[in-house]
Amino acid sequence: MTFTGLFAQLLAIVLALALAPLLTGWVNQWRAWLQNRRAPSLLQPYRVLHKLFNKESVVAETASPLFRVAPYVMFGSMALACGIAPTLSTDLSLAPAADAIALVGLFALARVFISLAAMDIGTSFGTLGARREMLVGFLAEPALLMVLFSASLITQSTSLAKIVETLAHQPFAIYPSLAVAGVAFTMVSLAENARVPVDNPATHLELTMIHEALILEYSGRHLALVEWAASLKLFAYSCIGLALFVPWGIAEAGTPLTILFAIPVLVAKLAIGGVLLALIETINAKMRLFRVPEFLATAFLLAVIALLVHVLLGA
Amino acid sequence: MTSLLAQSINLFAVVLLVLAFAMIAQRRILTLIHLFTLQGAALAAATLIVGFLTGQHHLYYSAAMTFVLKVILIPILLHRVIERLNVRWDVETLFNIPTTMLIGIVLVIFAFNLAAPIAGLSASIARGTLGIALACVLLSFLMMIVRAKAVPQVIGFLSMENGLFFAATAATSGMPMIVELGIAFDVLVGILILGVFMFQIREQFDSLDIRHLEKLKED
Repeated sequence: MTFTGLFAQLLAIVLALALAPLLTGWVNQWRAWLQNRRAPSLLQPYRVLHKLFNKESVVAETASPLFRVAPYVMFGSMALACGIAPTLSTDLSLAPAADAIALVGLFALARVFISLAAMDIGTSFGTLGARREMLVGFLAEPALLMVLFSASLITQSTSLAKIVETLAHQPFAIYPSLAVAGVAFTMVSLAENARVPVDNPATHLELTMIHEALILEYSGRHLALVEWAASLKLFAYSCIGLALFVPWGIAEAGTPLTILFAIPVLVAKLAIGGVLLALIETINAKMRLFRVPEFLATAFLLAVIALLVHVLLGA
Repeated sequence: MTSLLAQSINLFAVVLLVLAFAMIAQRRILTLIHLFTLQGAALAAATLIVGFLTGQHHLYYSAAMTFVLKVILIPILLHRVIERLNVRWDVETLFNIPTTMLIGIVLVIFAFNLAAPIAGLSASIARGTLGIALACVLLSFLMMIVRAKAVPQVIGFLSMENGLFFAATAATSGMPMIVELGIAFDVLVGILILGVFMFQIREQFDSLDIRHLEKLKED
């Protein structure tokens, strides 16, 4: 463990914690603009967090300790996921400890805890949301793993840092398998982050909501942590996508000064990605819940095609 | 630069494959036509690049012909057909779509396996793409089998021709010009005849469901 590695690691986590609500605000702003509405301020998510942290937390009488623990587990695993994903530098002190599979495991941990907490209270909405979340999750997870595997096949390693190092710091080459995997990854991340074709984050309509149904019982600082964790999840997914498919600009090991250059590059890439996300959400209609398995099966099969194409073409 | 162009042929091949897959997964006829148009554009681009890399100028003509025929003319004809038949509804499939896609994956694996030893014998720059072209042909076949309505079947037929054309371009750097011209006009005449045919089916049965054609006699 080197000093620069530790520094880059800390900087990455702090940057993720600070920038994640900003990314959510940016996407919301563009979504409002594209839909001809007046946009909320870019800093609105920070204000919401501030408001919620200052409010009293009300917990149902029937709640078990699990209900109180779940937001902390969720927040912790999302922050860790942001730390594992190589956002700024490939020289991260956490990188040897956790690879792509561990990352998927972290997301699964958060999902299991929030679903259990939603069922813990015993309201029908919580149970409904938990079931839907698990339905989406168990279909999205293998697809995500397949996407990460097709990137691992190219670089012969499941370590995210090594994948990025190989992709970013070698002569430019077109990888058709990565192009297909990129489409699959976009579909998976839309589903995982409760975005429009699968779930609408802006609605509380009981027939369609997934993510909102899960967190309906939370209030005060618990809700703030859950909301922050949701922003962090979007941030983590965006960073993984950027690291795998547009890895240029991420600092190499042993060059501490390039980290400073990597920050504006990351912000620019996230800004463009956020606009694209808002565009996808605007031009698509939310699909029926029973079409979601089909959507995710398509993502999974695209990821399988990416693997097969890699085997056939060797690229 | 040349190596990047050679790699981009692979990229276009994969785009063709993904579009063939998207057609299988697609319910709406209008989107099917859009996907077919995109496939034609990818095919034209791939042909252009193969022509540039191998220095065979007749491939330029064939790319231009592909573009005019498959990106402009046939989609316009198809749009007019579905406009006149008023069939923008959801496509009716015989199997449900996830099952069809799983069969599609099996077909892709089969095609890749089949093409791997053949590709080893070829010296063409894009020999790896032979498996992808074969997979496109098989996927379009699958689409013709699982669709019950006439218009998606015709689109499946056209997309199969795209796969065959790509196989010819990728594996052998293009057929003789006269053969390509012949096939192009065959496809054009085919789509005209099939268009007339679709109107006739509708006249006779009040539906485009080809299962009605299985009965030989009127009851």
